[in-house]
Amino acid sequence: MSDHRNPGTDLRIEGFADIRINTPAALRRAATLPVRRSLKKDHQAAWLLNAVRCIDLTTLAGDDTEDRVARLCAKARQPVAAELLQAMGVPHLTTGAVCVYPTMVAAAKRALGNSGIPVASVATGFPAGLMPLDLRLAEIRHAVDQGADEIDIVITRAHVLRAEWTALYDEIRAMRDACGPVRMKTILATGDLKSLENVARASHVAMQAGADWIKTSTGKEGVNATLPVSLVMCRAIRDYRTLTGHRVGFKPAGGLRTARDAIDWQVLMAEELGRDWLSPDLFRIGASSLLGDIERQISHHVTGRYAAGHRQAIA
Amino acid sequence: MSRVSEIMDSMEYGPSVEDSSAARDWLKARAPFGHFIGGKVTKPGQTFATRDPSTGEALAKVTQGSAEDVAQAVRAARRAQPKWAALSGTERARYLYAIARHVQKRERILSVLETLDNGKPIRESRDIDIPLVARHFYHHAGWAELRDTAFPGHAPLGVCGQIIPWNFPLLMLAWKIAPALAAGNTVVLKPAEYTPLTALAFAEICQQIGLPAGVVNIVTGDGETGAALVAAQVDKIAFTGSTEVGRAIAGAMAGSGRALTLELGGKSPFIVMEDADLDAAVEGVVDSIWFNQGEVCCAGSRILVAEAVSDRFEALLRARMERLRPGPPLDKSTDIGAIVDPVQKDRILSICKAATDAGAELIGGQPGEGCFIAPGYLRNIAPGNPGMEQEIFGPIATLSTFRTADEAISLANNTRYGLAGSVWSESASVATDIAAQVKAGVLWINCANAFDAAAPFGGYRESGFGREGGRAGMLDYLAEPKIKSAGEAAPKAPVVMDGAEQGGGLDRTAKHYIGGAQKRPDGGVMYGVAGGLAPLGNRKDIRNAVEAAAKAGKWAAMGGHGRAQVLYYIAENLAARAEDFTRRTSRAETDAAIARAFHYAAWADKFDGTNVQARPGHLVNVIPEPFGVIGIACPNMQPLAGFMSLVMPAIAMGNCVVAIPAQDDPLALADLYQVFDTSDLPAGVVNIVTGSKPDLAQVLAAHDAVAAMWYAGAGLEAVELAAGGNLKPVWSPVNRDWTGAEAQGEEFLRRATRTKTVWLPYGALPAGAGTAY
Repeated sequence: MSDHRNPGTDLRIEGFADIRINTPAALRRAATLPVRRSLKKDHQAAWLLNAVRCIDLTTLAGDDTEDRVARLCAKARQPVAAELLQAMGVPHLTTGAVCVYPTMVAAAKRALGNSGIPVASVATGFPAGLMPLDLRLAEIRHAVDQGADEIDIVITRAHVLRAEWTALYDEIRAMRDACGPVRMKTILATGDLKSLENVARASHVAMQAGADWIKTSTGKEGVNATLPVSLVMCRAIRDYRTLTGHRVGFKPAGGLRTARDAIDWQVLMAEELGRDWLSPDLFRIGASSLLGDIERQISHHVTGRYAAGHRQAIA
Repeated sequence: MSRVSEIMDSMEYGPSVEDSSAARDWLKARAPFGHFIGGKVTKPGQTFATRDPSTGEALAKVTQGSAEDVAQAVRAARRAQPKWAALSGTERARYLYAIARHVQKRERILSVLETLDNGKPIRESRDIDIPLVARHFYHHAGWAELRDTAFPGHAPLGVCGQIIPWNFPLLMLAWKIAPALAAGNTVVLKPAEYTPLTALAFAEICQQIGLPAGVVNIVTGDGETGAALVAAQVDKIAFTGSTEVGRAIAGAMAGSGRALTLELGGKSPFIVMEDADLDAAVEGVVDSIWFNQGEVCCAGSRILVAEAVSDRFEALLRARMERLRPGPPLDKSTDIGAIVDPVQKDRILSICKAATDAGAELIGGQPGEGCFIAPGYLRNIAPGNPGMEQEIFGPIATLSTFRTADEAISLANNTRYGLAGSVWSESASVATDIAAQVKAGVLWINCANAFDAAAPFGGYRESGFGREGGRAGMLDYLAEPKIKSAGEAAPKAPVVMDGAEQGGGLDRTAKHYIGGAQKRPDGGVMYGVAGGLAPLGNRKDIRNAVEAAAKAGKWAAMGGHGRAQVLYYIAENLAARAEDFTRRTSRAETDAAIARAFHYAAWADKFDGTNVQARPGHLVNVIPEPFGVIGIACPNMQPLAGFMSLVMPAIAMGNCVVAIPAQDDPLALADLYQVFDTSDLPAGVVNIVTGSKPDLAQVLAAHDAVAAMWYAGAGLEAVELAAGGNLKPVWSPVNRDWTGAEAQGEEFLRRATRTKTVWLPYGALPAGAGTAY
């Protein structure tokens, strides 16, 4: 995994001020994307395993405990049963990361040991982000101190809804500075922003402020990752790259539950951004239950029998 | 490295081929195919092979239909028609409903068969063609049920001959057969030579649902078979295909008195304004010219993009083009399949070569092995370039720029075609204005190639006439209530200087009325008519009159209320001079003339379009638009009432008119144009040229700037032949008592307009994000 960063740019409002998004057209593209491509047999299995290595296996619940986090980490180290992987000749597979609250970072680091799996921590008053800025920055530093390898921050939605781009930019910049060498994902909470033009503008500001990934959702909004929103964010990533040469990753979160979803989103990445955006470096899926469905599909692929959840190790 | 590991590295899609064994078994069990006539499959005659264009493999042998086969099919249809028409609407609806259900039940095999025979990607036949076929039969099951309530007094035409193209074989069959059957007609349909298989599968569905024998007949074959059908004793020909063949059919049908609708070629503009969502517009191109290998008559094949965004648009377009996957049609990940036949491939390549020879630059568009051509576009291309003028009917667009909206519209309309257009702008005011000004039958705002059974489809100009879909489409398969016809005396040959002396009073000279002024005849010659001398018009008078009419375009822009005011004023001034007109004609004619002006003033702001229920989230408006310039050859009887009965509805709808009044008795018109002059009728809206009706009507019918022709009386054939030049529709209203109640009504307005269907998808927020509906 390379450690390239997006250095960001100055705030360039002209880079997104005149952006136009036709919502029905975006919906149409999002609806036809998955049916334009089909994957069968080994190809399907390979794409599903690729999705696994892009998953940020996540627990972000009020009742999280260290043991619960340890169980999640065990699943991240062995996301698909060893005998299934062996049958497909894939020697080693882990999820892309685990994603937890800052207070669980230490436990996750211990549980993951030398597996090489990064620990991502949410921060900045997740999920609403409505805390004083100095506290949010302090939370980032705490998580980094605890050993977090990646930080998932949330933005102040009000800045987008009120078109306060400078305030939004400055805030994200400060957060990135607080992250130091640790890579940063910026959660736009698209379900709160509602319009696709808001999503596009927020994506551009986040990238200009130095986000390494832009991420759709906390998982706590009314609507989480959807294909149309993801399409708009991917196009923003493409445009930002054209303008600056920097590559920014994408993380849909909270809306992917089935193996079919995992394929659909990967097709979106491949078609709109290209092969590079199918690696965990530039693509992550924030999910918890998705992995179980993928594992069932993999099991079917290998054994020819339909699988039952109770025969798979849970997270 | 294991196979799965390798794929995890390359992340390629791999093959995903639709199983075609069921379709192949079906073919094997039935081929060689005969026709489907009178409910039975006939013995195969002389056969030819239909091929899978992606491999060249012969799929099945089908029969080359002879003139005798066609005649037999027409006889079967004729026998079946009275009983079919006599069924109740509900009974016919049940058959159409059963067809829709059976198409759905056989979606998979029909999709595969279509893809095998045509070469289109399975995704398109599966997700677009076949679902639309079912939708078309459902929608028209509804029209069958509602026919008598929705179209009171109308009757089916009888037997309809239908000739369809190879680009959407089963869908075009549905577009033809569904409305014909719903209206109570029976049909003989000839599928395209390259793609007969789904029509033959459809024949089997007709048998399975127990459709009465002879209601649907299918005769396979090539252009010869089609020509035999055109020549056969059918009551209507409906044709979809090339403009060239359409023109030949119009010629062959001239003077036959049989109904004709033509859905022909196109070179539709695709206008990208500077405030467009450029990504959306690029996807629109994918859905247009890179859909169905560009073998789409309404494809937005002429991309016109604002200079302000052209570089960025082209960069996005090119990147998107490079991600399209040409490949085997049955592969579910294929975007671009096979061209239908090597002949078509050669045709596409030869137009591209002519275009590049003339200076255009071709990006992509390279031929592959077999029937494949990669998607591409021609840039640096000027309006006169063959690539810009001719319909390529392949996956090659043209890309050129404009500076401002008015230039976009000029370029868009700089074509002999007028089938469709697509406009991309995030401004509702800009997009709707451009949609209004592009001369085409279908306009897609921020979308492309959207189709629905409820949304009428059909062309302007040389893209043909007639509509398919919705209410307008049904009307093209119905006959208006019968009119009691009245014979008129054949015009006497004009004799120069044979006028009776007027005698008494001050001498008056009747003139042509052109551009709001009285004009002497170009030839300087008068001829004798009832009550005196009239100017003998010639070609140049017609030319001048058409020019004046074409310049009066603002009349349409005045709006219905504005035009109504002028028509009311005409009625008022006519009434004031009623005694003069009564002396010239009769009380009945004068009363009729006043009545016509008053009646169509009432209609001027009420002959409305409709908003049709095509798809949720889409505002689909069907708008009656004037033709522009209509040529009207008036009856040679009841000169005032006949003239007013035809001219008033035409101008009420916003047309400008060049009228040839009653040849033998036109002098009342010399008083009438004085009334026009005093009624604020703008110059050029009505132009009157007197003289030999057959001679002048032919010049008018042949004039390329005249968009429609009305011709009352004998001598229709020559007029219809002349009209074939620019494929203008010719309407021949039955001569009737022009003072009577049957001389006015909605039919006149329908003939004075053609529908434009404007699609506008809307949505502020993505679905599920909190929108109200």
